[in-house]
Amino acid sequence: MKFARILAGTALAALALTSPAPAQDASTVKLALIDGQSGPNGFIGESMRQHLQFFAERKNAAGGVLGGRKFDVVAFDNKFDPQETIVQLQKAIDAGARYVFHGNSSAVAGAIVDFLEKHNRRNPDKSVLYINFAALDPVLTNDKCSFWHFRFDADVNIRTAAITNQIQKDPSIKKVYLFNQDYSFGKAVRAAATQMLKDKRPDIQIVGDELIPLQKVTDFTPYIAKIRATGADAVISANWGNDLNQLVKTGGELGLPVKWFTYFANGEGGVTALGAAGVGRVFAVSEWHMNVPEATSEKMAEEFGKKFNRDLFFYRLNTVITMLAQSMDEAKTTDPKAVALKLETMAFKTPLGDTYVRAQDHQFYQPLYVSVMSDDVPKKLEKTPFGFKTVGMSAAKETEVPTTCKMQRP
Amino acid sequence: MLEQLAISTLNGIIYGMLLFMLASGLTLIFGMMGVLNLAHASMYMLGAYLGYQISKTIGFLPALILGPLALGLGGALLERYGLRRVHQHGHVSELLFTFGVAFMIQEAVQMIWGRIGVPYRVPPELDFPLFRLFDTPYPAYRIFVLVLAVAIFVGLFAILSRSRIGLVIRAALTHPNMVGMLGHNVPQVFMLVFGVGAGLAGLAGVIGGPIFVTSPNMAGALGAILFTVVVIGGLGSLPGALLASLLIGLVQTFAVVMDVSLDDFIKAIGVDAKAGNILGDIQHTTIAQIAPILPYLMLLVMLVVRPRGLFGSRDV
Repeated sequence: MKFARILAGTALAALALTSPAPAQDASTVKLALIDGQSGPNGFIGESMRQHLQFFAERKNAAGGVLGGRKFDVVAFDNKFDPQETIVQLQKAIDAGARYVFHGNSSAVAGAIVDFLEKHNRRNPDKSVLYINFAALDPVLTNDKCSFWHFRFDADVNIRTAAITNQIQKDPSIKKVYLFNQDYSFGKAVRAAATQMLKDKRPDIQIVGDELIPLQKVTDFTPYIAKIRATGADAVISANWGNDLNQLVKTGGELGLPVKWFTYFANGEGGVTALGAAGVGRVFAVSEWHMNVPEATSEKMAEEFGKKFNRDLFFYRLNTVITMLAQSMDEAKTTDPKAVALKLETMAFKTPLGDTYVRAQDHQFYQPLYVSVMSDDVPKKLEKTPFGFKTVGMSAAKETEVPTTCKMQRP
Repeated sequence: MLEQLAISTLNGIIYGMLLFMLASGLTLIFGMMGVLNLAHASMYMLGAYLGYQISKTIGFLPALILGPLALGLGGALLERYGLRRVHQHGHVSELLFTFGVAFMIQEAVQMIWGRIGVPYRVPPELDFPLFRLFDTPYPAYRIFVLVLAVAIFVGLFAILSRSRIGLVIRAALTHPNMVGMLGHNVPQVFMLVFGVGAGLAGLAGVIGGPIFVTSPNMAGALGAILFTVVVIGGLGSLPGALLASLLIGLVQTFAVVMDVSLDDFIKAIGVDAKAGNILGDIQHTTIAQIAPILPYLMLLVMLVVRPRGLFGSRDV
């Protein structure tokens, strides 16, 4: 199976990478996206590429950086694999990219950080900066933090802070069930949720703490029966993919009366899989969603939908591109080290509120929305009658969590 | 406690019966042709997608008939014009052939219906709680699945054990050459079995799609479990497949409820927890945590202890 997947992946990647020949213009600023572009989950990487391209082109149309230089987005297919990532990273660097974007999988993120630490030490004049916009393992901004890594997504602890802020405000929740996948990410969520619930709502009882093998469960009915038996009011779950969709869908089918606090239910494919089972029950946390009433992002979402026939999701990439461009303008160069020094102290006001990078660990903080799936919203997702509706918001400051990062600066 | 027991049993049986519907075709094909049909789970997925498409345009009842028919026909043609030619080059070629088919189906489904899945829902006619089991409303659709699966088993079993064609199929399972010499058209029997197997996989897809999430990933998740069922039950044995399916369904369901670990056991026999913490993580892993991998453990034990499976007549 794997062998064939790799074969097909290679063929697809070859196609994807050869067709749009990137212009070898010395004046462009290359942004390399290293993420999975093939295989069953390739659509996520594809969506990331489209988002990055979309925002880069917008910036280019608005004048680019450093008085007219343009961003040039080039995608490299790492097949979601850490080893392949290194190969593609080297290729990207050889092609002249000094800025690397990546999102899927913290294992891949770790590999990139390790590689760049060495690479940048050996080639100080050719250093490369890593913009992580979706890998959520807290370790990347704690024990493994790096000067060359910036995280522009809210990590596990920050998202959990936003979710527990919401639970804190909801007196109907008295019993919480933790339901996560059995690997580093699921365990990080479980640890953070247990601690934060204890701090914010000591009266809440944690009635279950489940860890399931990653993407192995085919039937969720026993878990639903188990959750029901505990009398839980809410389930916190960082499951993704089938493990999430199947869980919530089965719960809906069997009439389990709980609120689902999820980390990814708003991702692509979520509402299609969940359907009416999720309405009023499934909560998600994000920096933006389609029904945030704000004119510029609404217009962007409309343009994006027309161009790519999919819903705008990675709003944060707009902030990233804008802040990166501003750092370059302020540093008057595209040299990653100079840009990183500007970027790490940057505070930036988006239409949604104040955002800032914390210099100590290079974690970006932004307002976070907790939203619930609803059939009564103006903007629907994936051509279904469903979308997400804001139920709560935490300002950037309210989501800040401590770090153990001791950064080695060049 | 009693409530959970009753619900878990019902859940386990229904899941087991769905597994059986898939495994029955697979085990017959495997037993008869010696071919592990790697495309079987993909046919299940295709069945779910066809079920979605047909119910969207005509209705669920037509989907229930047309979906399996289409897949059955497709399966028969696949055997007649593909597998039969490959057959003479040996098992490895056949295996690779079915593998290729699985890949084709996967890619075709992604091309036609996209990569994020489709909203295939329980049909409104069956979307209501049928009865209350203690406090829990139980969905009618699941009971419908159960009834249908039981009917399929009874039907298949009757055909295999009572009818003339069943006699020939059973004979062809063990002595294909002899059956051929007696003047029966063995290749045609193979084609029939392959077609029916594909049709059953399609039927399982049509009725399983609304319960599970209909997405391109659904084949991968179930494929491995299916092979486990076939091996545990014994190659070519229908009652074996039934028993293995139910066993796996029930074991998984009940294991999930058991939050006990080795650590509890060690404490229970009076060993001090700190002094006895020699096994590390394993000591604290609960049975619930390993529930989804228990079928594979059963597979390993079965292969070691009884390679022919529960009711199989020959070794794997």
